[in-house]
Amino acid sequence: MTKMPQLNIVQTVSFTLRQEMLRDPAVLVLGEDVGKNGGVFRATEGLFNEFGDNRVIDTPLSESGIVGTAIGLALYGFRPVAEIQFDGFLYPALDQLISHAGRIRSRSRGRFHVPLVLRVPYGGGIRAPEHHSDSPEAFLAHTPGIKVVVPSNPYDTKGLLISAIKDPDPVIFLEPKRIYRAIRADVPEDDYAVPLGKAKVAKEGKDVTVISWGSMMRPVMEATESLQEKIDTEVIDLRTLTPLDEETVMRSVKKTGRVVVVHEAPKTCGLGAEIAASINEKVFLSLEAPVERVTGFDVPFPLFKLENYYLPSVNRVTRAIERVADF
Amino acid sequence: MPKQIVKRFEVSYLKILDEEGKCDEQLKPSLNQDQIEDMFEIMILARTFDEIALRLQREGRIGTYASAKGQEAAQVGSAYALGKTDWMFPGFRENAAYIARGLPIEMLFEYWGGDERGSKIPEDVNAFTTAIPVGTQILHAVGFAWGAKLRKDKKVVLAYFGDGATSEGDFHEGLNFAGLYKVPIIFLCQNNQWAISVPRRMQSASETLAQKAFGYGFEGIQVDGNDVFAVYKSTRDALEKAYQGLGPTLIECVTYRMADHTTSDDASRYRDPKEVEEWTKKDPIDRLRKYMKRVGFWSEEYEKRVQVEADEKVRRAVEKAELVSKPVAADMFAWTFETMPPRLTEEMQSLQ
Repeated sequence: MTKMPQLNIVQTVSFTLRQEMLRDPAVLVLGEDVGKNGGVFRATEGLFNEFGDNRVIDTPLSESGIVGTAIGLALYGFRPVAEIQFDGFLYPALDQLISHAGRIRSRSRGRFHVPLVLRVPYGGGIRAPEHHSDSPEAFLAHTPGIKVVVPSNPYDTKGLLISAIKDPDPVIFLEPKRIYRAIRADVPEDDYAVPLGKAKVAKEGKDVTVISWGSMMRPVMEATESLQEKIDTEVIDLRTLTPLDEETVMRSVKKTGRVVVVHEAPKTCGLGAEIAASINEKVFLSLEAPVERVTGFDVPFPLFKLENYYLPSVNRVTRAIERVADF
Repeated sequence: MPKQIVKRFEVSYLKILDEEGKCDEQLKPSLNQDQIEDMFEIMILARTFDEIALRLQREGRIGTYASAKGQEAAQVGSAYALGKTDWMFPGFRENAAYIARGLPIEMLFEYWGGDERGSKIPEDVNAFTTAIPVGTQILHAVGFAWGAKLRKDKKVVLAYFGDGATSEGDFHEGLNFAGLYKVPIIFLCQNNQWAISVPRRMQSASETLAQKAFGYGFEGIQVDGNDVFAVYKSTRDALEKAYQGLGPTLIECVTYRMADHTTSDDASRYRDPKEVEEWTKKDPIDRLRKYMKRVGFWSEEYEKRVQVEADEKVRRAVEKAELVSKPVAADMFAWTFETMPPRLTEEMQSLQ
């Protein structure tokens, strides 16, 4: 039995990056403050000292520059793991992601490809200034040619990050910063992979399926626990948003017939809409109730005095599960 | 305390061949007759390709096409200066440069004819795919050159873009990264005076585009972009500098877009025909021809042979491109990811 350090999510990120950099000399880390400072969240702590400034690179404040040059490095044969410091600063780089990262394999019919990982801490609940609390996954999930991954715990963080780095295509790795330090768990030292495109049944049940990911898994689990005496929920942690693991979702919906999707991003055109539509297409006749969505609202993410109204709460999730169960 | 000057910059301008084909022998790069003929022949081939492409577009045999007419010296002079292991990252008007790098011409027809297989660049051609969003390729070129530097490979990257691209954020971010990490790259700006309908003077208040390089810690020079010797020499110099680890150079080639922006554009709506006439007198191919006449490299038979060969090459390329089987719809699903996810498989099957 290998020893297992107890790590939180952000420690797991640096722990995994270190292991991957030792395994594969093509892996390099770049972004704002990722070097000497070890990242503003310390997700790259210690890497600069161990691997030097040719592999752990403090870049200028230049989001499109980070992603665009990382594409070039990936084309050259590197496995760049780039960091965008906060969700709300991702947008200048969307052009590079949408126009190029996701299209280069297709445009060149496989002559070129972009094995790039882009790490982005996302989401609210940390009393941050404006632009530090967004959940931009729908823009990304809507973009062909890139994969979108969101871990919710230390074990998956390591396994998914390894899969993302080894993946031959661009992967956006959204890190739930609200729970960066909330959970400590055993993280095996061994090299293991959590495959991309595979959801996890976080809790088995038979009455209602609750689908969520990332930092929303916490209120979801709390809500299901508070209801356990009367409603037997099944909880799915999607882990990968695109490609979506429809198989796991549909299997669960066939069993329960009732679904709640929970996400932090605004409701309109959020991933919940996509999941609900897919359920309609695939297993409509299994449904006993309309699919409910518990989401952020269609407003700019508020400053922190209002953020707890915006973020789906345990209470909102609980009521949605009850409504769906009682329908 | 009196104010002090902390930094001064000078922008040089290089011209070797004048409009009459007179050459400044002291500045002339070391090129032998074969090489000069080679460049002339590639320029003729590129111009011929261009004319045929415009014709095919009008006949509906290819789609929208962006002509490189007038920019042959800027493209061929620079691409020809590169070594076999160097790379080029084009924008969308670099047909002449692609041809100079040895991309099979039929692939250009395939690509502009609406088939991605035309941009499956052969393994032995060190050129990246066409980039249509203006200036975005600059960052890929910088990252790629950075990769070469990190791996200690002797390799230089040349990024093509136009005057319009210098207004894009990616241009500035790219030059900033390149200057900081001293990557082996040449930024080759073809200032063709027009970004669709917006003239150069409305693009930037900078007197030259070359001077923008100084803001990023490296040299920018301006050259007569219709003078193939000046373009070749400045590219060679920048290449040597990059090989020596001395970092990037910005070369502003002052040239002219003799055609419409693309086949979907009508430049007569915004451009004085007199301006086009003036620039026609500075045609890069005519200029080299005049030089070759002066030094005895040219004869009517030679010109005829070169033109016949070019016509024949382009004709064969059209034939090849049109013989390629139609792409199958499955291709667009097959090439999105290395491994096709279930939903793409489902979507693909829904078409059958």
